Amino acid sequence: MDSLLLQILNGLDKGSAYALIALGLTLIFGTLGVVNFAHGALFMIGAFCAVTFSRILNISKITLDPEKTNFLGNPLEVKTPYVVGWFGDATGSAIIDWAVPLSILFAIPVMLLIGYVMERGLIKHFYKRPHADQILVTFGLAIVIGEVVKASYGANPIPTPAPDVFRGSYDFGVLLGMDPNAVIYPFWRLIYFSFSAIIIASVFAFLRFTTFGMVVRAGMADRETVGLLGINIDKRFTVMFGIAAAVAGLAGVMYTPINSPNYNMGMDFLVLSFVVVVVGGMGSLPGAVLAGFMLGILESFASMNEVKAFFEALYLPSIDQIVIYLVAIIVLLVRPRGLMGRAGVMEE
Amino acid sequence: MKTLSKNDQALLLFVGIIAVFAPFLLNPFPADSAMAQFNAGYPDLMQRFAIFGILAIGFNILFGLTGYLSFGHAAFLGVGSYSAVWMLKLLTMNIIPALILSVIIAGLFSLLIGYISLRRSGIYFSILTLAFAQMSFSLAYSVLTPITNGETGLQLTLNDPRVLDAANTTGNLPVTGLFGLEMRNTFTLDVGAWAFQFNVGYYVCAAFLLLAFYLSIRIFRSPFGLMLRAIKTNQTRLNYTGLNSRPYTLAAFVISGMYAGLAGGLMASMDPLAGAERMQWTASGEIVLMTILGGTGTLLGPVLGAGFIKYFENIFSKINESVLHSWFSFLPDGLNDVIVWVLHFFVGKGWHLTLGLLFMLIVTFLPGGLMEGWTRIRNKIRGGKGGGANPSHDAAKTPAE
Repeated sequence: MDSLLLQILNGLDKGSAYALIALGLTLIFGTLGVVNFAHGALFMIGAFCAVTFSRILNISKITLDPEKTNFLGNPLEVKTPYVVGWFGDATGSAIIDWAVPLSILFAIPVMLLIGYVMERGLIKHFYKRPHADQILVTFGLAIVIGEVVKASYGANPIPTPAPDVFRGSYDFGVLLGMDPNAVIYPFWRLIYFSFSAIIIASVFAFLRFTTFGMVVRAGMADRETVGLLGINIDKRFTVMFGIAAAVAGLAGVMYTPINSPNYNMGMDFLVLSFVVVVVGGMGSLPGAVLAGFMLGILESFASMNEVKAFFEALYLPSIDQIVIYLVAIIVLLVRPRGLMGRAGVMEE
Repeated sequence: MKTLSKNDQALLLFVGIIAVFAPFLLNPFPADSAMAQFNAGYPDLMQRFAIFGILAIGFNILFGLTGYLSFGHAAFLGVGSYSAVWMLKLLTMNIIPALILSVIIAGLFSLLIGYISLRRSGIYFSILTLAFAQMSFSLAYSVLTPITNGETGLQLTLNDPRVLDAANTTGNLPVTGLFGLEMRNTFTLDVGAWAFQFNVGYYVCAAFLLLAFYLSIRIFRSPFGLMLRAIKTNQTRLNYTGLNSRPYTLAAFVISGMYAGLAGGLMASMDPLAGAERMQWTASGEIVLMTILGGTGTLLGPVLGAGFIKYFENIFSKINESVLHSWFSFLPDGLNDVIVWVLHFFVGKGWHLTLGLLFMLIVTFLPGGLMEGWTRIRNKIRGGKGGGANPSHDAAKTPAE
C-alpha cells in the first residue's frame, strides 16, 4: 500500500511536467492548427530563465577587505551581491535563496514575448502549409534554440537549487496514519505538483470564465464564423500562443530544482509530450492534462521492483523505459482519437 | 538498363561518373596548400557520402513518393548496423553475409513497424514512427544490452567465434574485407602536389550507391511508383476508386527500411562498431533534412542533399577561431575580431546551429530543396522561354526527372 502511494506521488511530478507541456501543445494545435516541435525548446528556455535570473541576482560588487588577506598576502576580495547591499543582509540573502520561485515573475514576460515573436515572425507563415512543413520548420527552430543556449550557457547541466526551506523531504505517510519513514516525499516535488495544478486550473478558468477565453473557444470551434462576426481572431490566437509558451516556460522554471537544466532537456520532454497529446486526444485540453498525469504515474509504476520482477518471471524484458510508447501505440491503434478527443478531429 | 529512357540513362551515367572519379573531383586543391582543408577526397568522408546517399535515396522512396513523413528512420539504420556487426563477430569478416543480414533484418523490422504505423497517416504516422524509434533507442540502451552492448556499443573482440574464418593468430583485431580485399586498403596516387586516394571501401559503397540509385529510378518509373504518387496526391480519392492503398505504402515503407538497413550494414562494414546513438531521433531528423535539402521526390536530390550536409558538417567542424582569424587577417584588427567573434558561433562545435538555420531557411523559402533552386536558376537564365513561365508549377513536377 505505502509503496503504491509512493509510486503515485513519484509519478505526479513528471506527470505535471508532461501535462503542462502537453497543455501548451494542445492550445497551439487547437487554436492555430500548428504542430509545434519547438515546444520542448520553450520548456528549456523557461528553465534557463531561472538560471539567468539567479545569475542576475548573484551579480556582486567586489570590495577589498583590508583586514583579511588571502594566501598571497594581498587584501581579500569580498563579493557582496548588489541585492544584499540594497535590501540588507537578511532580506537580500532570502531573495537570492528564493531565486527559482521568484524567477516566475521574470519568466512570464520573457516567455510571452518569445511566444509572440515566434508566432508573428515564423509560425504565421506556415498556417497554410502542410503539417509536414510545420513539423520540419519547428524542428529546425528547436535545433537552433538548443544550440544558441548551448553556446551561451555551455553544454553541462547547471544546478539550480530550490529555496532552503523546501530542500528537505516530507513524511507523507504519517499524515495518513502509516509508519514513519514509509512514504517520504521531497517538498519541492509536492510544490511542483501544486504549482502545475494551479497553472492548469487558471488556464482552464481563463478559457471558461473570461470573454477573451470565450472568443478563443469559439474560434477553436469555428474560426471562420468568428472572423465573420467582426472579431480579430488572429490577434487572440497570437496571444494564446504566447500563453502556451508561458505555460511551457513556467513548467521549465519550476522543474530546475528537480533536474538541473541543460540544453538538451527540451528534446527529451518534447517527444514524450507529443505522445501524451496523442494519447489524450489531439485538440482536447482536458485529455492532454489527464493523459499527462496518467502516463507519468504509469511510468513510475513500471519502474517498481515488483513490476520488474513480474516481467522477469514471464521472461520478458522490463518495460519501464518504453511503457509510454507502448501505451501510445496501443491507444493510437485501438482508439485513434485518443482518450478524450472529439470524433472526427484529426483521426486520419 | 534497356528499359530506361534516354534521360534516365544520362542521369545514371552522370552519377556513375561522379562516383568513379570522386577521388579526383573531391580533391581539387594541392595537399600542402591552405585550401587543402576544403578537400573532401579522403576515404572516410567519401564512404559517408555514399552511405548517406543510399540512406537518403531510400527515405525519398517513402517520403518523396507517398508523402508519409517518417521520423524514425534512424531505427532501421541502427538495426542494420547491429546485425552487420553480429555477422562480422559470429560468421566471417567478409562483408557480404553482414550486408545480407542487415538488409533482411531491417526489412523485417520495418515490416513490423510499418504494419502498425501505416494504419494512421499525417502527423499521427510521424509520431508513431518517432515513438517506435525512441522505443528502439531506449531498448538498445537498456534492456537489450546483451545484444547491443548498451552504452559502450557493439564492437569486435579477439575471441569472437567467426566460424568461417581461419583462426586469428595475429593478436590484432581482424579487418573487414570482400573475399580477401581489405576495406581499409587505400592506394594513393601522387600527381605533382596532389595526392589522390583510392579506397576499396569507398568503391564498394559507391557500387552499392549506384545499385540503389538504379533501383530507385526503376521504382520511380514503374506502375508501382505511379501508384505511390497517387497516394501522395490524393489518398482519399484513390480509396474511393476501390483500391486498397495500404499494401503499396507498406511496400514503400519496407523498401525504404531495407535501404536504411543496407546503409547501416555498410556503415558497420567500413568501421565495425554499432552504437545506440545512431537510432536517436536527431539522427532521424538528419535523414529528413538531407532529403528535403536536396529536393523531395526528385531522383538526384537526396544524393545531393546527403553529400552537401556531410561535406559541410565535416568542413565546418574543422574550422576554428584561428583559421577564421587567418582568413580575415586582411581586415583591420578590430573589425577582424568582431567578424571572427560572430562567425565562431557557426563553425566548429556550432555546426548544428548552422544546420538548424539552413534547415529553417530551406523549408521556408525553398521547399523543393536544391533541385528546385537549380530549376529556378535555369529558368531565369532561359528568360521565360518554354517552362520558365511558371517556375512554381515546374518545381511541383519534380525537376530532376
